[in-house]
Amino acid sequence: MTTITRSLFLVALVLTFSAPTFARDIHQEKSLYRNIVVRESFSRRCLVFAVKRGDRNQTCMDLRNPRKLVFPYVRMSLGGLLLVPEPRRILMLGLGGGSIPMTLSALYPEARIDVVEIDEAVVRVAKQFFQYRETDNMKVTVADARVFVKRAILRDQQYDFVILDAFTGDYIPEHLMTVEFLAEIKEILDDDGVLVANTFSTSALYDHESETYKAAFGTFFNFTMPITGNRVVIASENGLPDDKTIKARAAELQPELERYDVRIMNYPRHMSRGQDWNHNKRVLTDQYSPANLLRGDIY
Amino acid sequence: MRSNLVTNLLVLTLAFTSGFIIMSIELLGGRILAPYFGSSIYVWGSIITVFMVSLSVGYLTGGRLSVHNPSLVRYGGFFVVAALTLTPTIVFGNAMMDAVFARVIDPRYGSLLASSLLFFVPTAVLGMIAPYSVRLMVQTTEHSGRIAGGLYFVSTLGSALGTLATSFYLVLWFEVNQILWTMFTVLMMGGLVAFTTGRLRETA
Repeated sequence: MTTITRSLFLVALVLTFSAPTFARDIHQEKSLYRNIVVRESFSRRCLVFAVKRGDRNQTCMDLRNPRKLVFPYVRMSLGGLLLVPEPRRILMLGLGGGSIPMTLSALYPEARIDVVEIDEAVVRVAKQFFQYRETDNMKVTVADARVFVKRAILRDQQYDFVILDAFTGDYIPEHLMTVEFLAEIKEILDDDGVLVANTFSTSALYDHESETYKAAFGTFFNFTMPITGNRVVIASENGLPDDKTIKARAAELQPELERYDVRIMNYPRHMSRGQDWNHNKRVLTDQYSPANLLRGDIY
Repeated sequence: MRSNLVTNLLVLTLAFTSGFIIMSIELLGGRILAPYFGSSIYVWGSIITVFMVSLSVGYLTGGRLSVHNPSLVRYGGFFVVAALTLTPTIVFGNAMMDAVFARVIDPRYGSLLASSLLFFVPTAVLGMIAPYSVRLMVQTTEHSGRIAGGLYFVSTLGSALGTLATSFYLVLWFEVNQILWTMFTVLMMGGLVAFTTGRLRETA
């Protein structure tokens, strides 16, 4: 074997065995709450909350087209626009890589957007690696979401679009999944306001959580798509608009959302009013909220 | 001799129980404060600080009180008082936290103040039980270390079990207040048993 073929062979060997690990960690840090990794593979850069067993991508950015929303659940969060097509005051609980607030800020530059993130390090990483920028109308506050919402009530603050995206998949802040918390969110939602919650679709927690949302809001949209294990709850205090309205709004919004790769036209048929869960499960309350234990399906 | 054995068993059981209850309440403290102050590391810092300080005050007071005429009657009284001072926490906890939340913006000091209001007094009373238990069981100086060691062993084991049971199972089965009312009942019953045993001893 010549030197060249030998080195080619070596290169091939290395490529074969390193293919799945093509990902490169460009940033790592231990924050107060988690291990944060920024991982790049090919043209994709992802924010990863690292745990030993199965890392979780929080947000990914397509480096060639940073505007594109890579994750299905991120795109699905925009489904809330079908209830409030022109949001003016937006509250985003949980920043992640910041792709949702950046999109909303670009779509509605006049809207006032408050972002709440508990982890200062996540804010820093979003700014440094995911092009997250605050604007005159979009500010981020480092605080616990529940504490922020309670303070907002005291200040009589109102929002018409609230997005709850605080569950990392590994750990659920249990005080953010109780009927009392949802009641507090209702207090800061104005009459036609919408709550969009990015949550789970599996385990016993699904039943408990669904019962909890039902107790707080009555009927809500259970928004699931075959491409993702997430589900998005879309709830409103004053009931849900009828299918015709939803479809008409989807058609109106589609052209604007095209460049974010959001096919909102397809959303209405995945948004179910049905209640496909076990109704005998207990509602989660501040008194009873073992969400992380329920999620493990260990009992 | 026989009555000593009964006293010792009773004291050991009650020391175990109070150890169990202290840690169970401490863990529930995290649950109780979270809706107002979050569940960040500083909330746990507040809770643990308050429990440590109130226990130390309890140890000091319990030790002082044990000097003159130590009795099972008074020992039982500690349990009853602990139970009674726990009731405002259960009944008015949210009202107290509402008041703190409205006045203190910083969740670190808010949680510190709230956990002081909610847990300082009952925990201090529970802390009085440990040194008083030593006094009730010690007969001779040479055995005092062994008896103190045995009591620490039993009550710390109770604390370990209280921590485990609460965080693994009790919160999965019951509501926070159901657990606290159960603690209340157990403390009351423990107090009454000690009280009655003490009275019988005095009249005998």
